[in-house]
Amino acid sequence: MPNIQILLSAEVLNIQSCIDWIMSPESGGIDVFIGTVRNATKGKTVFKLDFEAYEPMAISEMEKIAKQALEKWPVQKVLIHHRTGTLQIGEVPVIIAVSAAHRDAAFDACRYVIDTLKQTVPIWKKEAFEDGDVWVAAHP
Amino acid sequence: MKINVLAFGVAKEIFGTSQVSLELTNDATIYNLKYLLEQQYPRLKQLASYMVAVNNEYALPGDTIHERDEIAIIPPVSGG
Repeated sequence: MPNIQILLSAEVLNIQSCIDWIMSPESGGIDVFIGTVRNATKGKTVFKLDFEAYEPMAISEMEKIAKQALEKWPVQKVLIHHRTGTLQIGEVPVIIAVSAAHRDAAFDACRYVIDTLKQTVPIWKKEAFEDGDVWVAAHP
Repeated sequence: MKINVLAFGVAKEIFGTSQVSLELTNDATIYNLKYLLEQQYPRLKQLASYMVAVNNEYALPGDTIHERDEIAIIPPVSGG
């Protein structure tokens, strides 16, 4: 679809190219969410994150979320880029970008996309701590 | 029928490999598959939850598995 762009990549994500793609003459504003690797979880120092994806399903689930956002809100374009592999502190694992004529729809759709991605897209992160590695959310 | 099951994240560590082969009856469901896997890999039951995907779509417990379906174990996701 010309108004959806999905990328799952082992390469560094390019924030500027996401912004360039999402902007359009019809847009009154764009909303961009950039996820970054945090240096601690619940007070414990994190050294790096490893992201693994079930690639074909992750792409199809991201496409579904983008289509849902276009159906639920009057937004013009939706972009989802996600990294795989090892990321250091401060690196960018995810970029969500949405353009719309008015800001309410852009904010709401952007939040929906990142919240839903975290619930349904088959991507997993492993946090590396001093005393070992832990798959996030795996155990109660 | 013989089926292959892909594993990701913590499930890959529980299986000790990224793919396992299983023998199922021809009318087996997702429920049957989960039961069999939990017998062979009891640590699966310690997960917060896990889903099964068939041909890149989340499946329900009553869904039937067919030969050559692509089956994957989806532990709790944590992207973003």
